[in-house]
Amino acid sequence: MSEIEEKIENSSVNDDKVGLAQENIKGDSGLGLGVIFFILAFVVFFLSGWLLFPKLLYSKKQQPFNFNHRLHVQEMGDCESCHSFREDGSFTGIPQIGMCVECHEEQLGDTKDEEIFVTQYVENEKEVPWLIYSRQPDCVFFSHAAHVIGANMDCKTCHGDIGESTISKPYEVNRITGYSRDIWGKNIWGIKKHSWDSMKMDDCAECHLKETQSKGACFQCHK
Amino acid sequence: MIKKHNKAKAHKFGMVIDLDKCTGCGSCMVACMSENNVPFKENETNKKDSITWMHVYRLTNGKSFPDTEICYIPRPCMHCGGKGDHGHSPCVSVCPATATDYDYTTGIVSQIYTRCFGCRYCMAACPYHARYFNWWDPIWPSGMEKTLSPDVSPRMRGVVEKCSFCFHRYQAAKDTAYFEEREDITEDEYQTACAQACPANAIVFGDLNNSEHEVYKLVKPDPYHGGRPKEPKAFRLLERLGTNPKVYYISEREWVRKAGDNYVKGKEKDHKKHNTE
Repeated sequence: MSEIEEKIENSSVNDDKVGLAQENIKGDSGLGLGVIFFILAFVVFFLSGWLLFPKLLYSKKQQPFNFNHRLHVQEMGDCESCHSFREDGSFTGIPQIGMCVECHEEQLGDTKDEEIFVTQYVENEKEVPWLIYSRQPDCVFFSHAAHVIGANMDCKTCHGDIGESTISKPYEVNRITGYSRDIWGKNIWGIKKHSWDSMKMDDCAECHLKETQSKGACFQCHK
Repeated sequence: MIKKHNKAKAHKFGMVIDLDKCTGCGSCMVACMSENNVPFKENETNKKDSITWMHVYRLTNGKSFPDTEICYIPRPCMHCGGKGDHGHSPCVSVCPATATDYDYTTGIVSQIYTRCFGCRYCMAACPYHARYFNWWDPIWPSGMEKTLSPDVSPRMRGVVEKCSFCFHRYQAAKDTAYFEEREDITEDEYQTACAQACPANAIVFGDLNNSEHEVYKLVKPDPYHGGRPKEPKAFRLLERLGTNPKVYYISEREWVRKAGDNYVKGKEKDHKKHNTE
């Protein structure tokens, strides 16, 4: 018998075996259950990965008290009234209590948050331990002067609608890296719709490449 | 506005060290360590493990008394630009992680600690021993962590570090320039800690591309010959390697200038010929 013929014969034998197996399955309802179980398990694990994992990854902290940005912007006019530059061009960030006291020496309104501020911090001359949503890792040097004065950018481009907020959202911190969730962004997949959705190095580089035709050297933004 | 700032003329920051003025006091080393949060150990007797971004070496002419002469030579990172300042520095070209790069706008060789994974190729490549490895996490004596500079990020175990020409000071100076809506910074706005600390004014820092800066006047770098100094008293370390360092040395003494490069005995003339070609 030639080799080819042998193969043909063997394959036909195999076909018979497959046919037998198929007949067996037709009578087996276990397969349907298996498929259902597989789909169910997939859904459970997929959803837990999607919904539970971010909750496990980030721990939530509350700010010392709520801060009403919208009200303050209305009263003060713009962001620069409180978030200003020092004379050497460095940025003050969140103002210290001395600036707040210019208006809040005594309670102006009747909200509970202001009461906490005046009684616990102003009267004790203590700085408020704000948790900074946009705090970058230690190795990052960011020049507000270069962006706001040099390039005439709006605060909103990176910080979003924080000026419209009426309460302080919880501060979420990555349990592994210790960075604020605002650096990676709310979307766990890293998909962004607005320029302020995340503040990673890639987001900086993306804009730098578009506006200055170069991502820049490392030391432009690192220290 | 953005374009204007990026089209600004490229700097080439460099340093000139007058070895005849240097007394070897070590102020530059101290100033550098405290400025840049350089870690240290309780016991620093093993100098191979010590981290010194700025290191003062001691040279002698090898002669016996009364002809003995001593020269102290401070050695920061040379911030090599490679031939033609294309950024082909020994360390940059070997880094597999792009943790170190060459900034064409300032001529400074960076070191990004968070990107470095500690393979130490760069240390092997650097002919000046200017790079150091963190074998341990830094431990500051209690209370001292409060004196650390917030402008320089501290390093961790397992990464390489080196002199940055106090780059954070350039960043701060740029901030001021932006705030005052100036296009560029002045010479005195950006000075390294070692240059400011030197009591003998042996270290001068500035822009080698700017003919009005002191560093340029002192050495007159020749851009057509890889930045080699036109000033005959000036030299660079291991000039013949073609690393094109941005740190120049000045000395009246010939044996000091010769010590800046390796010469095989009796072959000095051949090397000189090679250099002028």
